[in-house]
Amino acid sequence: MTDLAELLTPIVMGVLLGGLYALIALGLSLVFGVMKLINVAHGDLVLFGSYFAYAAMTLLGVDPILSLVMGMPILFAIGFVIQKYLMKRAFGISMEAPLLIAFGISLILQNVQQITWSPMARGLTTPYALESFSIGPFRFPLCYLLDFIAALVVTLSLREFLRRTYLGKAINAASQDKRTALLMGINTGRVYAFAFAIAMATAAISGVFLGLTFPFTPTSGISFLILAFGVVIIGGLGSMLGTFIGGMILGLAQTLGGYFASATAQMLILYIIVLVVLAVRPQGLFGRKQRT
Amino acid sequence: MLQETLLKVSMIDVFHGSLQVLWNVSLTIKPGEIVALIGTNSSGKSTLLDTVSSLIHPTKGSIDFEGKSINTLEPYETVDLGISQVPEGRGIFPDMTVLDNLIIGSYNRKARSKREQNLRMVYDLFPRLRERKSQLGNTLSGGEQQMLAIGRGLMSAPKLMLLDEMSLGLAPLVVNYLYETLRGIKQRGITIFFVEQNVRRSLAEAETAYILERGRVVLSGPVAELREEEEIRKAYFGV
Repeated sequence: MTDLAELLTPIVMGVLLGGLYALIALGLSLVFGVMKLINVAHGDLVLFGSYFAYAAMTLLGVDPILSLVMGMPILFAIGFVIQKYLMKRAFGISMEAPLLIAFGISLILQNVQQITWSPMARGLTTPYALESFSIGPFRFPLCYLLDFIAALVVTLSLREFLRRTYLGKAINAASQDKRTALLMGINTGRVYAFAFAIAMATAAISGVFLGLTFPFTPTSGISFLILAFGVVIIGGLGSMLGTFIGGMILGLAQTLGGYFASATAQMLILYIIVLVVLAVRPQGLFGRKQRT
Repeated sequence: MLQETLLKVSMIDVFHGSLQVLWNVSLTIKPGEIVALIGTNSSGKSTLLDTVSSLIHPTKGSIDFEGKSINTLEPYETVDLGISQVPEGRGIFPDMTVLDNLIIGSYNRKARSKREQNLRMVYDLFPRLRERKSQLGNTLSGGEQQMLAIGRGLMSAPKLMLLDEMSLGLAPLVVNYLYETLRGIKQRGITIFFVEQNVRRSLAEAETAYILERGRVVLSGPVAELREEEEIRKAYFGV
């Protein structure tokens, strides 16, 4: 009986933490699902969101979540511009060019952030970020719960957007068959730009919640990028719900792995799960079978 | 009004990269006509349709739709003008439902306001689609997918419908049904330009035909006259 109750902590932590992972991975999943672009700058763009919120907090005294009112439109616009003026041209050059551009963006962001903010670890230390809540006799960090709620809200919003709006359906269509999408009267250039912009807006959101949960440095982007990749591979490319569940799985794998094995084994168990999924069901749990 | 030309292609050259596919191709389509483009696989017929849809642009010559030049447009702009292509292989979105496939057909601004009435028209023409409206595209049979592709093309409220190899891989009964539907579509005032490999079928359904051979128009005219043509009878009917 005690064993089961003890398990509650890593399970709850895993699920809630999974929310943060899912939140970070949603933008990556969207961009890869739609444009087949592996945005290696995604982690750094999420960090940009964190630093933006940090600037708002320290320089303007604005609460990080509230700063999203500014942060989201700004990152949305940046994403739109990156896709329309950089990536679109890059896709015209070769399949690898966009990857290089993303890599370049990643390097630039990391270095600019290092110069601006120094390598010192920062955190979005609001009063409520340090609060905790209880389930029975156990206490959990409040920010984990906020991460989970945010992830749920964003996942469902994205899902409904993709399903119900014309632009959402167009994004879906363009990702399945670009040529036919063009024949439907869809301006695929603009659709891709919107998809990237939306992904960036979610990066802004995940940046805030990341900063509330963990301390971050200019190079944190990479570790979260790798986690996000794991989530997307497990959950399935382009599926918002799949990404959410993938996040849960990864979060649970990490916390339960740490509980049963050791802290160092956590990441190993994570990667083993990713490898297994790749071997057994490469399109992920909810992904579409890729047609050549 | 009937004398007006809907689509006028004048002396176009079209390249795929550095490979020339069409030479000096000209054709004229009047409103309300059914026109066939006949040719074998390597004749360039799909390229011609793609050029009308602005997926490719001619390096020489001009294309006018309703009197306005459409040489340099983006594909989505030609859809706005009223040109709708039902692509070869149907091109239905496999992971979207029948209904969503149809809805995406009405993506362009002008078609959106007419969506519900066009949907009713499509269901009238193809009752099978109403039955299957919540099914995913890839669960439909070949014939149903073709119906869906045509229905989807209609959702954009087109003036001109381009059909690329509609009967490919389908049983004769299904093909008959589809051509019957095309006649119904023509009666609703939509002009039809279709590509077919089957000469007999083309000449049976069209009023005017163009025969494309290795990127050039070798024969064209009213179908009644073409049927009499010595060359056609020899080449395609072996008479």
